[in-house]
Amino acid sequence: MDILSLFVVVPVLTVLVLVFAKNLKQARVISLIGMTIQFAMSINLIFAYIKERTVNTDIMVFTKDALWFENFNIHYSIGVDAISVLMIALTSTVILAGIFISWKVDDLAKEFFVSLIILASGVFGFFISIDLFTLFVFYEIAVIPMYLLIGIWGSGPKENSAMKLTLMLMGASAVLSVGILGIYFNSNADGGALTFNILEIAKVHIPVAAQNLFFPFVFIGFAVIGALFPFHTWSPSGHASAPTAVSMLHAGVLMKLGGYGIFRIAMYLLPLGAINWTDFFLVLAGFGVIYGAFGAVMQKDLKYVNAYASVSHLSLVLFALLMLNKTAWTGAIIQSLSHGLLTALFFALIGMVYGRTHTREIEKLGGLMKILPFIGAIYVITGLAYLGLPGFSGFVAEMNIFVGAFQHPDMFHRIITIVVISSIVVTAVYILRMVGKIMMGPLSNTEYAKLPKATWYEKAGLILLMIPVIIIGVMPFGLSEMIKASIQPFLERLL
Amino acid sequence: MDFSYTILIPLIPLALFVILGIFSKKIPPSISGWIGSLGLGTSFVLSWYTAYSYFLGGKLNGVYQTFIYKTTWLNFTDKLHIDMGVLIDPISVMMLVVVSTISFMVHLYSRGYMKGDDGYTRFFSYLALFSFSMFGLVLATNLFQMYIFWELVGASSYLLIGYYYTKPSAVAAGKKAFIVTRFADLGFLIGILLISYYSGTFDFQEINSLHGSIITNWAATSFMGLSVITWGLILIYLGAAGKSAMMPFHIWLPDAMEGPTPVSALIHAATMVVAGVYLVARLFPVYYFVENGFALQIVAYVGAISSLVAAIIAITQTDIKRVLAFSTMSQIGYMMLALGVSKYDGHEGLGYMASMFHLFTHAMFKALLFLGAGSVIHIVHSNYLKDMGNLRKHMPITHITFLIASLSIAGFPGFAGFFSKDEILAAAYENNMLIYVSSVLVAGLTAFYIFRLYFGIFWGKDNTYEHTPHESPWSMTIPMLFLAFMSIAGGYIPFSDYISADSIPFKSHLNLPLAAIATSIGFIGIILAYVFYKKENNLPERFANSFGVFYKWTYHKFYFDEIYLFVTKKILFGIVGFSAAWFDKHIVDGTMVGIGNTTVAISEKIKGWQSGKFQDYAMSFVGGGVVIAMVVFYIWIN
Repeated sequence: MDILSLFVVVPVLTVLVLVFAKNLKQARVISLIGMTIQFAMSINLIFAYIKERTVNTDIMVFTKDALWFENFNIHYSIGVDAISVLMIALTSTVILAGIFISWKVDDLAKEFFVSLIILASGVFGFFISIDLFTLFVFYEIAVIPMYLLIGIWGSGPKENSAMKLTLMLMGASAVLSVGILGIYFNSNADGGALTFNILEIAKVHIPVAAQNLFFPFVFIGFAVIGALFPFHTWSPSGHASAPTAVSMLHAGVLMKLGGYGIFRIAMYLLPLGAINWTDFFLVLAGFGVIYGAFGAVMQKDLKYVNAYASVSHLSLVLFALLMLNKTAWTGAIIQSLSHGLLTALFFALIGMVYGRTHTREIEKLGGLMKILPFIGAIYVITGLAYLGLPGFSGFVAEMNIFVGAFQHPDMFHRIITIVVISSIVVTAVYILRMVGKIMMGPLSNTEYAKLPKATWYEKAGLILLMIPVIIIGVMPFGLSEMIKASIQPFLERLL
Repeated sequence: MDFSYTILIPLIPLALFVILGIFSKKIPPSISGWIGSLGLGTSFVLSWYTAYSYFLGGKLNGVYQTFIYKTTWLNFTDKLHIDMGVLIDPISVMMLVVVSTISFMVHLYSRGYMKGDDGYTRFFSYLALFSFSMFGLVLATNLFQMYIFWELVGASSYLLIGYYYTKPSAVAAGKKAFIVTRFADLGFLIGILLISYYSGTFDFQEINSLHGSIITNWAATSFMGLSVITWGLILIYLGAAGKSAMMPFHIWLPDAMEGPTPVSALIHAATMVVAGVYLVARLFPVYYFVENGFALQIVAYVGAISSLVAAIIAITQTDIKRVLAFSTMSQIGYMMLALGVSKYDGHEGLGYMASMFHLFTHAMFKALLFLGAGSVIHIVHSNYLKDMGNLRKHMPITHITFLIASLSIAGFPGFAGFFSKDEILAAAYENNMLIYVSSVLVAGLTAFYIFRLYFGIFWGKDNTYEHTPHESPWSMTIPMLFLAFMSIAGGYIPFSDYISADSIPFKSHLNLPLAAIATSIGFIGIILAYVFYKKENNLPERFANSFGVFYKWTYHKFYFDEIYLFVTKKILFGIVGFSAAWFDKHIVDGTMVGIGNTTVAISEKIKGWQSGKFQDYAMSFVGGGVVIAMVVFYIWIN
């Protein structure tokens, strides 16, 4: 078995074993073992990748190819570059933390873990695929369990939220599939056979007209899950209704599929279309950054705050991608990682607060730091990291994006960059407002004095997510060089 | 000479922060206070040793050399990268001395002041974090490194202001300080981006180089009548004004007094708040040479106005820490205006030297004033002047040291403040008459408000205290005595031998006529304060009444806070935020829901077609057949 396919096989095996689990205890131990293996493999993959890179200069390494459906030339084709390696590492970290956080899932534990891990397997498959068709299949595998996870284990108006989320993402998939088919039917432009293989298509000169036509399909298809304004409204209600681990995985990883897909497919395969369309989408993404931030300031529910904050921070990813230069792109990738970890942290923390106090309303909470010192301290640190304090991953990401975007020779791009940068002040407002209100100040409810402290599995989940945030923040040099090397082929496509 | 060991000066506090922060629950207070003090003591010794060896042997052909040790931390583009490292030149060495001295003294003092506090170890870990960040800022080799540590000092300031986190006012003050300075830092960041876009570097040496692209080529670009570089410098100055509490960003500083008093002494009097002055001094050649010093003019006027306004407000405040906060703002205004009126070469650069000189002496006597105030507050358990009085007999050491600091800030001959203030006034006199006059006025106001405090606390009415006041413990008085010594001796340091705009030592002399004018104005201030506050009387009240509206305005700090609140709460978040939220819910989401509802409604309408009745289907079948037949027939006949 090759090193990459294992990332799909291990979750599937875990699910198969899970079917025989009898109770919560068994289910969570099986999931924990499976996902710990997955996590270890992803760490191993990073080192294996670095080692492989010293001898292998291909765009993708660890490639494997097997014919799947001959008539349409569909392959199970896999391979990774630095970007996908890092995304895999992010996913395995978040899913492992998610298992820890779901240690005490109440009902239908087995089914919960099964759905969660199926979702994860889809995400892993997505990140290793270099065949458009299999990639799309994995994408759908990742999206559909979400409906069940929210609809069954959620809270509040969960059915409605689940439906809205699924319908909007399905609608986007329809748009996306048009884009992908458009690319497929143009992949013989230079006279070869039709193909879904990304690396093959990249060698083909797709006509400009076709690129201009299909770029917005692919872009919007992925941008919906990347929370592009005005297609972001599924996200706040979806997150608010979802159980903690699902919110973590969804905001932490699933929403990153959008940015990743845009980069890997729209930017890489349709570079001329990208150049043509950037200005239009740049305005939408830039607007989304500010809009999401202001939206977050106005929210009363903790999960809504985080959902709008995610809209803001993920719009920043799209914004950076549209800047079409190396530094901004590096920033976009780091921002994906950073936001994935931080938003997962936030959702985990919110889940812990909610699990104890049974409310997520900011106004009703207060002074929890004294009662829950560990959770409170991590909350404050996460908040500071989220607002881009140096020493944490968010700063590295944002500065790459801002500096990169500002190097754009065009005046319009620099002005819109300045507007986008100003969002960091609004971010500080909503983060400090939230942290100050719920963690500090006097205790809002005397009954909270008896709340139980953080358990070992909660601490494990939080620390697991916090460590990479600090590592990236303090030592960004290796990471950014690794990403930059993999971005080079994308840049060459723009010339 | 090798100064690479200076990297230890920030790294020691960093290690302290990590250790104390992670094990804050495990380490007992008795140990953490000592660890912290010992660590900062080491940085203190290293800093003084650096100053000693640098100022003695750092010159080459009569010019102070710059020593740089750095490594690349993050690459942006081929040219732009963030370096981390240390830069040793006269002003950074001077700042090392200031920061390490005050930080060490505050550590020693806090061991007594914070005794018995719940978060004792946490407090020392925050102090260590702050010291690390401040050292990093001072030693920065490039704009971006400075920005990074600039943000970190802001965050440590946030944590320390909100140290008593169960107190809502402290939490609000921390939040306000962070957000206001972050807004100003936005200017700093955009300024960095502008400057680096045109110069292709963040590096201080390259930017400041007299032959570099910025200074030789600023005229090449323009935006709205000014060079883009000038805009960049103005934006960077916004950041400096935010940190240094210049108008109109000063509103966070008085509130920041919610933090523990040692913190106010360290961060909000002596070190962090002068970072803005340091930043302008760091970029001084650029400020001076680009567009004939246009941006520097702004620095000068903002400094002068801030210094005057703050001195006026300080007179009417009743919370002693807030008086000192406005006093700090006023004195920083002095430093700013001194930089603003300075020129570059030789004796012409007097203002630059004076600014740094005043930064040094001010750090000593203002930290002392805060520590003295802390000592009083520690005993009286109140910040308000009305709860104090006649404490001189109970607290002799606090009394004497406070008096020394007051004389120093009032510019009394022979004390440190006298010398540095005189240089500032001389520089202002030579370059800008308007600013000079305002500065002399401020000197008088300063003497008045500080002696109002002094008489109010240590003389005046004999309050009845719950517990008989007594002197603070040695752990607190020893640092105060040391700073008292510095508040006198600091003035006798021949600063112009060490610090000058062009790094070439020059000779400065006391300007006797100007000193005489300033001193007499100061005397008048002291005498007025004596008359008003030495013994309890109704003079202050009558005076306040006769000023009426003006007094009220001053007391309410000219309503700056209210204006800000109106703009942010009502306009920005009230109108913009609210309508954005409404728009999101009803228009954006409404459209999506509308699409869903329309789909449902349409299917609702047409679902009757799937009736399950054979007749209906037969009807449709026949109807469809007829339509198709007609279409085929139509095409056929054409």
